Amino acid sequence: MKVLNTVLSAFRALKRNKMRSFLTMLGIIIGVSAVIVMLAIGQGAKFSVEQQINALGTNVLIVLPGSQQQGGIRMGAGSMTTLSEDDAFAIQKECPAVALVSPGTRGGGQVIAGSQNWATGVEGTGIDYLEIRKWSVEYGEFYTEQDIRSAAKVCVLGKTVADNLFPDASPVGQTIRIRSVPFKVVGVLKAKGQNAMGQDQDDLILAPYTTVARRLSWWPNLRQILVSATSSSGIAAAQNQITELLRMRHKIAPYDADDFTIRNQADLATAATATTDILTYLLASVAGVSLLVGGIGIMNIMLVSVTERTREIGIRMSVGARSRDILTQFLIEALVLSLLGGTTGIILGIVGSRVITGIVNWPTIISVFSILLAFGFSIGIGIFFGFYPARKAALLNPIDALRYE
Amino acid sequence: MMAGGTASGNANGHFITIEHLVKTYILGEVEVHALRGVTLSISQGEFVAIMGASGSGKSTFMNILGCLDKPTRGTYHLEDIDVGQLSRNDLARIRNRKIGFVFQGFNLLSRTTAIENVELPLLYGPSTNKERVQRAREALNLVGLADRAHHHPSQLSGGQQQRVAIARALVNAPRIVLADEPTGNLDSRTSVEVMEVFQQLNENGITIILVTHESDIAEFAKRQIVFRDGKIRSDKQVTARRWAADVIKQMPLLEDDDEDAA
Ligand SMILES: Nc1ncnc2c1ncn2[C@@H]1O[C@H](COP(=O)(O)OP(=O)(O)O)[C@@H](O)[C@H]1O
Ligand SMILES: [Mg+2]
Repeated sequence: MKVLNTVLSAFRALKRNKMRSFLTMLGIIIGVSAVIVMLAIGQGAKFSVEQQINALGTNVLIVLPGSQQQGGIRMGAGSMTTLSEDDAFAIQKECPAVALVSPGTRGGGQVIAGSQNWATGVEGTGIDYLEIRKWSVEYGEFYTEQDIRSAAKVCVLGKTVADNLFPDASPVGQTIRIRSVPFKVVGVLKAKGQNAMGQDQDDLILAPYTTVARRLSWWPNLRQILVSATSSSGIAAAQNQITELLRMRHKIAPYDADDFTIRNQADLATAATATTDILTYLLASVAGVSLLVGGIGIMNIMLVSVTERTREIGIRMSVGARSRDILTQFLIEALVLSLLGGTTGIILGIVGSRVITGIVNWPTIISVFSILLAFGFSIGIGIFFGFYPARKAALLNPIDALRYE
Repeated sequence: MMAGGTASGNANGHFITIEHLVKTYILGEVEVHALRGVTLSISQGEFVAIMGASGSGKSTFMNILGCLDKPTRGTYHLEDIDVGQLSRNDLARIRNRKIGFVFQGFNLLSRTTAIENVELPLLYGPSTNKERVQRAREALNLVGLADRAHHHPSQLSGGQQQRVAIARALVNAPRIVLADEPTGNLDSRTSVEVMEVFQQLNENGITIILVTHESDIAEFAKRQIVFRDGKIRSDKQVTARRWAADVIKQMPLLEDDDEDAA
């Protein structure tokens, strides 16, 4: 019996029981669209994390205090004292693969300007911070070397902070209080907008790291040193040079571990994508379970259908259908069911992903891979769950099938 | 594969040779002896009527002849082929190419049209879509149902349904047509009409074996075999053979519900 004819008669058989066929497909439709949506959300999250990391600049290294232990940073006793201003200066001076260095501290708290107030973080930076981050000032200007050296109480506002503290006036030249310390606003940063994860990148204040360390942080040492390599291919060299330098400066014995950690883009990306990968697989396997349930639905219906159509099978056998013909017939019916359901599910999944992006603003990415996966899964489910009932039908004895009431 | 049959028949010239055929059903503890040793041969072009009381083993015998069932013991040669040696696939092929089977209960696929039912055997053979439709039309024509090709079985009368079933049995040009009480569900006039079709087929050289328990139906055949308790009790030629076409002419025309069935 030719495949096309079998496919056509499978369609006819399914059409005869429209409601039942639809309900059977529903399991597959829901399963497949869930898989598509979940993968789209997972991959969207992964993409935005990658984007966010790339936004940091491709040749940026971050030196953190404390040693690295199995992927995390161990905050061991005394280890936090390891990064000093002088380390930063030394890196700048002695590492040829390093272009720019910005020592970093961090503070934060309630910020007041007149009657407005706003809670945000304060980033203590060096003079080259903006260049390393590829950022710029929109109004006013950045603070100067002199400001940093003298720990001047000046700051640059992120756009969001500026808008919230000074809804009507220009902030440049005004004074704000951060944790009751008065700071003079010298500039406003260019808006960066949300990052791909939906976080507001403009909700921060920049100030000289010296000022932040002295006035806003209980922590006299550096929280990080932001470094840019001379080129993105120089990252490894810069990393080696910094390591060597800092080990020497910190007098670390040859077989002892570093008391600092250098992270580069790739590390960050790996860590972040590993997390989002886990998320993706978790989501997809939840959806996979519903696909499995859908498959069992198909098997159930096919079994009912085999029983119900035993006489039909007998009649077909009596006019010359071989076991193989009956097997093909029922397998193809199961396949048609699961492929119809799968295709509908893929379409629904794509639409659903769009809707999710539209309504809750989550980034979603539908990859060819996830469509192929869903499609492959549908076929697999059709064959796997269709096979048992089909075989059962094919192995009937013609006369027994004919006599079946 | 099937043993290469020279279409001419057995070494002894018979088309069908059956020897010591036994069929025993086992129902739990009880053994039901449906056939207790049937030996028989049938030549090409014969028209055999098989008679006998209910439960005498007629259907069991026909099912074995039709390769739908296997005997417990004994041999069955169809042409040169020892059917007992064949695989499931080979049996399916024989059912498809050599045998047309007509059942008492028609056994049509209820949700497909008359012509689709007739096409069914051709689906399991090598014919192309075009050939298939054409041959199905011809077969329907032969049984006088060309105009009902696209009716569903439920839209046809019993006689028409049985004629669709006969068309289906014929469509693959079988060497033999087996009919198990084909008129059992039909009124007497329709029965005779169906017998007329069988007689025509037989005139065209197709071997026909037909089960009936009505002796007047058996008189349309050439040879009459009576079963009793799973054995052949008598086997004789029909002396006063009747022609269905003549009988119909003499029959009073009652209501012709056959043609008006919705
Ligand atoms: N599938 C079966 N299982 C058990 N017994 C059967 C079966 N088919 C037929 N029989 C028995 O075999 C005997 C012959 O049946 P059957 O060939 O149908 O007779 P007939 O067609 O002459 O009425 C009966 O006693 C019947 O009950
Ligand atoms: Mg019977």
